[in-house]
Amino acid sequence: MGLQLIVTVKQVPDTHNVSGDAMKDDGTVNRAALPTIFNPEDLNALEEALQIKELTGGSVTCISMGPPNAVEVLKECLYRGADDVILISDRRFAGADTLATSYALKCAIERVGEYDLILCGRQAIDGDTAQVGPQIAEKLNINQLTCISAITAVDEESITVKRSVEDGYEIVKSQFPALLTITGTANEPRPANAKKVMTYKNIGKEMCNTSYDESYIASDSCAILNHVKEWNVEAISADPEQCGLSGSPTKVKKIQSVVLSACESRQVANSDAGVAELIHELIEENIIG
Amino acid sequence: MANFYRDNADILFHMRNLDMTRVIDLKEDGFSEKESSPFAPKDEPDALDNYDRVLEIVGEIAGDFADPRAREVDEEGATFADGEVTYPKGIRETVARINQADLAGFTMPREYGGINMPITIFSAAIEIISRADASLMLVFGLQGLSDTICKFGSEEQKQRHLPRFASGEVMGSMALTEPDSGSDLQSVMLRATQDEDGTWRLNGVKRFITNGCGDISLVMARSEAGTTSGRGLSLFIYERDQDMKVRRIEHKLGITGSPTCEMQFNNAKAELLGKRKLGLIKYTIYLMNGARLAVAAQSVGIAEAAYRKAYAYANDRTQFKQPIRDFAVIYEMLTDMKVAIEASRSLVFETSRIVDIKEGIEERVEKHPDRAADLKDDLKRYTRFASLFTPLAKSLAAEMANKVCYDAIQIHGGVGFTKEFDVERHYRDARITNIYEGTTQLQALAALGGIIAGVVSERLSEYEESFNFSTVAELIKPTQKMRSHLEMAISYIKEKGDAVYQEFHATRLVNMTTDVINAYLLCQNALHSERKKTVAKLFITKANLRVKSTLDYILANDHSLIDLHDEVIDKEV
Repeated sequence: MGLQLIVTVKQVPDTHNVSGDAMKDDGTVNRAALPTIFNPEDLNALEEALQIKELTGGSVTCISMGPPNAVEVLKECLYRGADDVILISDRRFAGADTLATSYALKCAIERVGEYDLILCGRQAIDGDTAQVGPQIAEKLNINQLTCISAITAVDEESITVKRSVEDGYEIVKSQFPALLTITGTANEPRPANAKKVMTYKNIGKEMCNTSYDESYIASDSCAILNHVKEWNVEAISADPEQCGLSGSPTKVKKIQSVVLSACESRQVANSDAGVAELIHELIEENIIG
Repeated sequence: MANFYRDNADILFHMRNLDMTRVIDLKEDGFSEKESSPFAPKDEPDALDNYDRVLEIVGEIAGDFADPRAREVDEEGATFADGEVTYPKGIRETVARINQADLAGFTMPREYGGINMPITIFSAAIEIISRADASLMLVFGLQGLSDTICKFGSEEQKQRHLPRFASGEVMGSMALTEPDSGSDLQSVMLRATQDEDGTWRLNGVKRFITNGCGDISLVMARSEAGTTSGRGLSLFIYERDQDMKVRRIEHKLGITGSPTCEMQFNNAKAELLGKRKLGLIKYTIYLMNGARLAVAAQSVGIAEAAYRKAYAYANDRTQFKQPIRDFAVIYEMLTDMKVAIEASRSLVFETSRIVDIKEGIEERVEKHPDRAADLKDDLKRYTRFASLFTPLAKSLAAEMANKVCYDAIQIHGGVGFTKEFDVERHYRDARITNIYEGTTQLQALAALGGIIAGVVSERLSEYEESFNFSTVAELIKPTQKMRSHLEMAISYIKEKGDAVYQEFHATRLVNMTTDVINAYLLCQNALHSERKKTVAKLFITKANLRVKSTLDYILANDHSLIDLHDEVIDKEV
């Protein structure tokens, strides 16, 4: 018994430590100039998964799509107690927007096979779209519970969660399988475990071809992985057209650095005409409407 | 996202430059576990990398977790009701993290569930933890208990107790002090008697016991009825049951998050650790030495916390249209604080390394009796060094922490005296460091024998032989001069052969000694860094003056205070 849990994680530029050359002239992110970190809310998702596992048993598999050095965030998952980790990496995944990313992750999740819950961070600090989790759920045609600030109950068939909504929260229950996106307030992620760090710090990754069909989830939870699995487009049976740049309808037109500054407040006349004028102006400025 | 290891350039400096070769060789016994344990290092760089990574975890727990909770821990304090002690919430939560990260068996061998870190790394970890919360160190730093069981217990006792310490399932205390036996532990009266079947029973009271409410206590008791000396004492492992009552906990000035218990043993069942009669003279000495080094590291951590806050405040606070750090009276304080912290840290690392080597040799002799003869002299040498350096490090660091915290409040001015700022907490927490595990005065007496016997000179000569100080000639020359002053003082006192005069100057001699050792250690640091040259220069300039004036006082053969103190303290007008 026990639940099969999948956590999606992302290596992101540390946007809290942005230096001057963080952006290239063409408006794309200069990843080389930024230190990379484990996307904070993905750590919250991992923490929830580990806590569920401690409660119900089972196993936690972490999946990340990214360049080869994204293996580092997967090692961080092992350091905290993940049972298995998979890196989705291929040049053909490069330049993916949320649609192509969720497609690739969905293919990888299907390759993993059995699962009860998928946990994602609500959003990544580089794009802040909060779209990938919900898109994966749609593509897999499973329930999605977004913006989760607490898991209030979990049993072998269902999960009950607290969702943050605009003016409060709601308690929602779902049968498995389901996808959860977890917010930063849900928990305080655990630190790495000393023994696991010393065990896994030197493991490498190993490319797995399409015929790679070992059981991905170690039956013996004490088993020690000796490598991080790396899957390419073929390994997850993905359509190359739907991956990376070619699968991404999003085109960045322009990136602007908006600096908000305080200015004089403006009085609007306390009359129907005044309000109408304000609404008109807000529509003109594309702020509402 | 604060990491109290990664953000500490001086600890990182030591981690890069400490010569750990021998420590690692001994601790890993030729990397004998590299095949059998998945997390044992395969070579020296691998071991060093492990140390770095483990300290990173400690730094994260300290910075991200313990530090934000420390003020609340201090305010809440440990509480006592209905015979039960409750730790503050923040301590409970952080201890859970420490256990979750597998850091509770820090120095314990892997075979019992530990991570086999050297004491040098443990000292760094204690400093890092104490910078966040000095109270927390009283749980994390008490791992010496399991070390004592590991070193002196039977294999069966080790199998039974150690894994529980390593997982964090049990915590414990060292129950030594009694209402009438503080510094003078030879007078311990708690009775240990044997039932007809050989079961040991404890009866009596222990006082001032940190974590006395814990699951397992090492209790020193008089097992030899009718004796009055330290040789009638044995050490017992007591596992908490209904036959021991915590009667109360102390209301203290500082480290309020750590419960200090009074324990009443009522015919409580216990098991003997090691051999009878060695309780004080062997086991407790070992246990206490470990604890003294831990307190030294704790002191450095508290001082580091206070210094950082004073530095930030002095930069921030403007008076007379300039930041107060630009006033000579303030920047001198800041400089002295930082130099003192770095000097103490060097001494704590040096002492830790010495203790690691001493312990490592002992273990090697035990594992490979055939090599005992080769290692005999080395073991004696490092035992001498460890006995001298431990009290030196403890007294220096503890007094330093008090001074640094005092000055940190001074730099804050009025607000430093309020609870709005953290420095008053650090000040209160620091105040115990020069009292518990043996007062500074007791440390001086403990170190005095080694100083008089020439152990300090032996070690200083080793420094002269092992390091090429020619590139720091401007530093080593005044250091050598200081050394000659120290040796003049030592030989004067030795030749005089006056026990009263010797005791009278004990603390002064110890201070001279630590000044000279620190000067040598800072010269060694200066070989690796330009900035450290400056640190050494500033330290040596002031230390030279202190050493010279102390020498003058000692050579003056002035007995007036010894002769006349009654006149002043007992009489009025």
